[in-house]
Amino acid sequence: MSTTTTSIDGSVSLAVRDVHLAFGSHPVLRGADLDVARGSTACVIGPSGSGKSTLLRTINRLIEPDRGDVLLDGRSVLHDDPDALRQRVGMVFQQFNLFPHLSVLRNITLALRKLKKLPEEEAVRLARAQLDLVGLAHKADARPAQLSGGQQQRVAIARALALRPQVMLFDEATSALDPELVKGVLAVMADLSAAGMTMVVVTHEMGFAREVADTVAFMDHGVVLEAGAPAAVFEAPNHPRLRRFLSQVR
Amino acid sequence: MDPLSTLWETFFDWASMREALPEMVTVGLPNTLLLAVSAALLGSVLGMLLAVAGISRTRWLRWPARVYTDVFRGLPAAATILLIGVGLAPLGMQVWGPNPYPLGVLALSLIAAAYLGEIFRSGIQSVEAAQLEGARALGFSWGEAMRLVIIPQGVRRVLPAWVNQLIALIKDSSLVYFLGLVASQRELFRIGQDYAATTGNESALLLAGLFYLALTVPLTHAVNAIDRRLRQGRPVAAPDVDLEPTGLATPSGKDPR
Repeated sequence: MSTTTTSIDGSVSLAVRDVHLAFGSHPVLRGADLDVARGSTACVIGPSGSGKSTLLRTINRLIEPDRGDVLLDGRSVLHDDPDALRQRVGMVFQQFNLFPHLSVLRNITLALRKLKKLPEEEAVRLARAQLDLVGLAHKADARPAQLSGGQQQRVAIARALALRPQVMLFDEATSALDPELVKGVLAVMADLSAAGMTMVVVTHEMGFAREVADTVAFMDHGVVLEAGAPAAVFEAPNHPRLRRFLSQVR
Repeated sequence: MDPLSTLWETFFDWASMREALPEMVTVGLPNTLLLAVSAALLGSVLGMLLAVAGISRTRWLRWPARVYTDVFRGLPAAATILLIGVGLAPLGMQVWGPNPYPLGVLALSLIAAAYLGEIFRSGIQSVEAAQLEGARALGFSWGEAMRLVIIPQGVRRVLPAWVNQLIALIKDSSLVYFLGLVASQRELFRIGQDYAATTGNESALLLAGLFYLALTVPLTHAVNAIDRRLRQGRPVAAPDVDLEPTGLATPSGKDPR
């Protein structure tokens, strides 16, 4: 796709500092750190159960960390109103989480009308423009269930982008897709990254991480064990667990 | 006279039916609808409040909702109508005058709310947690997410059960005759019963039964149609196949609309 997915208004830098979280007596995050420079893309890789998705959810506080801090442009978000924070931080899920009772267009206009308080026509205009950018303008009146998984995920991305977020979080956005549908979604994400969105991408797509990420972070057992430029992480991994992980996924 | 023709004359005496018909149409039907529809509206509002209270994280909301539901589902409808209609009659007299309808509607609503609360609650709880997460991630508060995303989906899923309750209300509305109705307040059943009592022939009652069926049977079929439509969004479009890697620009000819 050659068009730019969106114009980025005000990307911010993101930092996760020593975040701890336990579900009951089971520690999931054990001092995770992550730095994402303004307008850059960080891919988080690692085995299942390593805490990648949980880390992502502490950034927009869908899950509150027990300890540690999350900073946007150097300012802690943990004392902000979480609902206001989530309007600044877009999120895309593995299962899309589109609202099945609403049309594609309504999925996008809902938050614009109810949260941003935009008038109906303005919301519809923005939503159509956003749909156009992910190549689905002609699906505006369809229900999510009438779309393929790849199309649904592109709608979910458009829905998040319509709120003009400063950071985008992707939680295994292509893991639930049939192989032939993955490419279209990754193309939209690569576009967004190139346009200068600050992004955290939890992914199993090593090719995407290698080509698109500015930083690759390897997580295992609730900590980021190693982070760096893709070339360094993939070609010269230091940590034995990262080497073992890479040998298994290649 | 053979038993069969006795049976026939007891239930299918056309003259009796014809005599009762005008009053059924002009008095009985509007009154039955008034009672059932008012109670359905009020009962649905109360039921939704009960449902939300029932899934609340606050014990002081959950617990009263539970007790309410157990009590009003557990009592016979006739007992509730008598208890409310007679028990609150002095109060009702002051507020609404000698009309038994407000208390009758209240009693019917209170009964329906107990059932509808459980119906709504099960519908709301059947909506996947991911829907709430998706809504919260956009910045909606818990209340907004429930109101805009979760409850609309939950209610759609239990629409057939909701209509069943409406059908029960149409039938139970006949019980307000316990509260004493003047001629113009009589609903279908009471009119049928009055004609049956004065003529000694049950045909008018059977006619009332046909009126009830004419209301309830189409409702069950209507809900099935609505249910199908809501599930599928609209009459099904052609199966949509769009090969993504090349297909960002889908030929417009494929557009189902």
